[in-house]
Amino acid sequence: MRPVFVNVGERTNVTGSAKFRKLIVDGDYTAALAVARQQVEAGAQIIDINMDEGLLDSKQAMITFLNLLAAEPDIARVPVMIDSSKWEVIEAGLKCVQGKAIVNSISLKEGEDKFVEQARLCLRYGAAVVVMAFDEVGQADTARRKIEICRRAYDILVDKVGFPPEDIIFDPNIFAVATGIEEHDNYAVDFIEATRAIKQQLPYARVSGGVSNVSFSFRGNEPVRRAIHSVFLYHAINAGMDMGIVNAGDLPVYDDIDPELREAVEDVILNRRPKAGGSQTERLVDLAPKYKGEAGAAKVVDLEWRKGTVQERLTHALVNGITEYIEADTEEARLAAERPLHVIEGPLMDGMNVVGDLFGAGKMFLPQVVKSARVMKQAVAWLMPFMEAEKDGQPQKSAGKILMATVKGDVHDIGKNIVGVVLQCNNYEVIDLGVMVPADRILDEAKAHGVDIIGLSGLITPSLDEMVFVAAEMERRGFDIPLLIGGATTSKTHTAVKIEPAYRRASTTYVLDASRAVGVVSGLLSEDRPKHEAETRAEYVRVREQFARGQEQKNRTPIIKARANAFAIDWKAAPPQRPSFTGLRAVNGDLADLARHIDWTPFFSSWELVGRFPAILEDDVVGGAARDLYRDAQAMLERIIAEQWFEARGVVGFWPAQSVGDDIAVYSDESRTTELARFHTLRQQMDKTSGKANLALADFVAPAEAAPDWIGAFAVTAGHGETEVARRFKEAGDDYNAILASALADRLAEAFAEALHRQVRTELWGYAGDEPFDIDALIAEQYQGIRPAPGYPAQPDHTEKATLFRLLDVENQTGMALTESFAMSPPSSVSGLYFSHPDSHYFGVGKIDRDQVADYAARKGWDMATAERWLAPILAYDPAAASDVAAA
Amino acid sequence: MTRQDRIARLKQAAIERILILDGAWGVMFQREGLSEADFRGDRFVDHKVQLKGNNDILCLTRPDLVTKLHEAYFAAGADISETNTFSATWIAQEDYACEGAVRDINLQGARLAREAADRFTAAEPDKPRFVAGSIGPLNKMLSMSSDVNDPGSRSVTFDQVYDAYREQVRALHEGGVDLFLIETITDTLNCKAAIKAILDLEDEGLEPLPIWISGTITDRSGRTLSGQTAEAFWNSIKHARPFAVGFNCALGADLMRPHIAEMARVADTLVAAYPNAGLPNAMGQYDEQPHETACSVGEWAESGLVNILGGCCGTTPDHIRHVAEAVKGKAPRAAPERPKAMRLAGLEPFELA
Repeated sequence: MRPVFVNVGERTNVTGSAKFRKLIVDGDYTAALAVARQQVEAGAQIIDINMDEGLLDSKQAMITFLNLLAAEPDIARVPVMIDSSKWEVIEAGLKCVQGKAIVNSISLKEGEDKFVEQARLCLRYGAAVVVMAFDEVGQADTARRKIEICRRAYDILVDKVGFPPEDIIFDPNIFAVATGIEEHDNYAVDFIEATRAIKQQLPYARVSGGVSNVSFSFRGNEPVRRAIHSVFLYHAINAGMDMGIVNAGDLPVYDDIDPELREAVEDVILNRRPKAGGSQTERLVDLAPKYKGEAGAAKVVDLEWRKGTVQERLTHALVNGITEYIEADTEEARLAAERPLHVIEGPLMDGMNVVGDLFGAGKMFLPQVVKSARVMKQAVAWLMPFMEAEKDGQPQKSAGKILMATVKGDVHDIGKNIVGVVLQCNNYEVIDLGVMVPADRILDEAKAHGVDIIGLSGLITPSLDEMVFVAAEMERRGFDIPLLIGGATTSKTHTAVKIEPAYRRASTTYVLDASRAVGVVSGLLSEDRPKHEAETRAEYVRVREQFARGQEQKNRTPIIKARANAFAIDWKAAPPQRPSFTGLRAVNGDLADLARHIDWTPFFSSWELVGRFPAILEDDVVGGAARDLYRDAQAMLERIIAEQWFEARGVVGFWPAQSVGDDIAVYSDESRTTELARFHTLRQQMDKTSGKANLALADFVAPAEAAPDWIGAFAVTAGHGETEVARRFKEAGDDYNAILASALADRLAEAFAEALHRQVRTELWGYAGDEPFDIDALIAEQYQGIRPAPGYPAQPDHTEKATLFRLLDVENQTGMALTESFAMSPPSSVSGLYFSHPDSHYFGVGKIDRDQVADYAARKGWDMATAERWLAPILAYDPAAASDVAAA
Repeated sequence: MTRQDRIARLKQAAIERILILDGAWGVMFQREGLSEADFRGDRFVDHKVQLKGNNDILCLTRPDLVTKLHEAYFAAGADISETNTFSATWIAQEDYACEGAVRDINLQGARLAREAADRFTAAEPDKPRFVAGSIGPLNKMLSMSSDVNDPGSRSVTFDQVYDAYREQVRALHEGGVDLFLIETITDTLNCKAAIKAILDLEDEGLEPLPIWISGTITDRSGRTLSGQTAEAFWNSIKHARPFAVGFNCALGADLMRPHIAEMARVADTLVAAYPNAGLPNAMGQYDEQPHETACSVGEWAESGLVNILGGCCGTTPDHIRHVAEAVKGKAPRAAPERPKAMRLAGLEPFELA
């Protein structure tokens, strides 16, 4: 009989589910509860709840989620597993559950006293416990250590604490197998043996584990991972494993797994040599692509690749981990190169970069990367004597010294070891301090060895805080060498938001995975260090801004209060200026003139080439592609102008206007009695500090009692003809030029808007008559007045375009039209309002609350549902949830 | 006799017979026709808030009445009488602005009961009387939202509830109770805070006292107000290693029976029940006569479901007398031996056998 196995739902775990993490970080608890509900409906008998995320207030998230969950009888019917590596989060969770929960986890990691204290608290709160096989020395990897630690923990719990043995669950650590590192090969066997011993020797105790760890090296290949889980569980359950954090519904039945795959997986799990010879890991790695679902045929030995160029052959050997020809190929490359070092820096590094990309894209697995490193090492070894000879007998100097450590409190080092291997292959001297290294020691050793870079690694969430601490210590102690951050729970966002700001003296760089390490390190140790650092820094500024935007949803200011904190303009100090005319005027654009106004940076980003123009043309990576594209664009632009492919038409208008609350009333004439139209604007509701205003566009127009004011509006297009041109190319099978034509039409329309705005400032409205002409300044938007468009951050409501089009009589004046969703046709069109005041500026409304939506709906003459539909992207609340409450 | 001697005798008595708890206090105070002045006594003459209805304050202002009720119940045959401290926590006393009197109420409540019990024990050494420190529910719940629009909101924190109970149980302990009775539990999480408050007394070097935990199944749904089934409730509180567990209040004996039977099945400790005198009539009064109550619970004793019986709302010393007579000589329930297993709970029980 198959023993009972309890499936613990894993989807409400921020460390295990990216989707759940996003929901929690975004504060979308409604959807997060739905995840919990699905799990219970799908048969989870216990749900694991983990909020260990460096960017979260984990304790508060745990409290909030558990309190909400208590109100959902269909979810709350099952027990919860309160999962955190922070005791304070666990304790906060215990204070929120009326049922009997499981604490996951406690351990002897910080010594017996702490263990006893926490166990006693679990007993008094009334919870079962998961005990990790972890002691003062570290996490147990061998069966012997696992059993030894579990026995010690059991004796303490039962004899000293008086803990009911039936409420003890051991987690003897499931580690990844098939990593390519031989010491890891027995990890599954170690777990299974430990499980068997615990069940036999420690009465009533249970065994659990996080199953997905075991297949970590095959991430990206779900079918193979599931097969590994299934085979692993088959053996572990038979040995007595009682429960696991696993998506069990997802697993294939052991017997249904393709026998070839099952045998290969079984060899890996049970650490057996395959019958066919070779290593079990290599065999499974070879087989894995076949089961990925897409890659079809099994591999046959194919020497076709030997016919390629030396670079192609080196790359192939590196990607496929083939050492057979590496010395011959390396020698061939050396003979062709000026210096042996150039072979490393050139073809070999290029090959490693391919490996890095494939790994990053989930197309290669860790063991393969390690194999690649091995190939690399052989190549470097071949070159070494030549490099030494070149140096005339001088001792070989390493490319740089890198100190690596897993930070205090963390014991995970597989990733760090791999990074170490890869770096050493690349001629870097690696000083590896091991695991659980305190900040002091890291920095003392770094000083003692005079290292060039410090690399920190960590897998568990608290390591994130520790890394911040190390960074702050580096700052305090005056370090000026680069800091690298890596490991499974680290992220670019966390690095940018929390770590980098703590260490300002030098750079901090997040390294996504092992295969990126060499690229990052070589960049930071080259002459180009300032450039690399500046790029990273600029990127992290963006990441921080993005993160801040995500955060801003949190606290909304009531609209009444926001309005009281409107942007105050001293209208007396700078009274609004009267435009040169009121009413409408049609305008035409000269394509040749517009071409001079083009802002090229967005053009490149539309082709997924990221970088600022013109620097992008010289970019190491995309420079070549960017130059080709720019050449083609210039050529087409010449034809567009010469052959008048497109027609640029527009309309501009000015009217007397006054703000009325958050609206802008537009009048037919200077008597300001007949209202021609009314623009409705939306006001920021984020919490503002330090005297900043809650902005709305209406703030930039004077109220009637302050001063007479005016508003302008425009609509321009360079798109007449665009659709036809693009279709012509497409029909000729030339998608490239079709896209190019559309992208250029877009740029011309933007340039038209920009040129028209300049004309408005200097002559048509004329409030900035002395403005100098400078394209860079235009692009940088360094001028007075703004031209915000409906549908953009300052006025996210697209429907306002209808008012604008009506007021400007756009259809008759320009031939442009609005679709039913208020998109402009032709697509290469721009419209907007003009505000002249020197203090007017662009901003984002951000998320708005229900009170403003209700107010806005009333002003627009909409019902609430209509308002919520059009404003959906910026709602700070879930209208569905809100109406449920109203109905209930 | 030391307290540990009394506890030993209590445990021995529970093996030998069905123990009898006292009955209602509210209805008995009502019969006294007390005025605001009675509640105020001398101590609260100038109290700003009306005190009428704050029965616990009578421990301080009309101790004679409290003593009289203990004696009435002991005389009716009760083995155990509860202290008059059902609402004596700072959270519950906030309504009367009497937070400052909480310690005194509990201390005095325990002493009054202690003295009455000791007098009866002295007179009838073969039938020792015991004092249970009454720990009632709060008007604020930890598992339920305080705001219909925000299911996550709570009007009180675990730490506050713990703090309130900690103050109460320390004073009850000091005042000399023989055991703690956490009763009329509507929210298991509140109860868990009380359990922790009691268990933590050991850290102060106070001798451990038996704990009796009595939940309330509020209606025919068969669940506690916070949504748990009887077995889930047991799984959630059994870490207290209670001396007794059971249900009281809300239901009369007939409606309570299935839940007591369920508890008798799952709990490997004493089972206690003290139902109301039926359901209240349209006027809010309880009509069930003493012999009717005795007849119902007598059958429970027959069926081996219970170890302790008593009465809740609407019961009087007369009810208790009838109950005591009905179960006299009947064997107490024998606790089942349950196989060791990990037993957890959400709103429903979970067992890994």
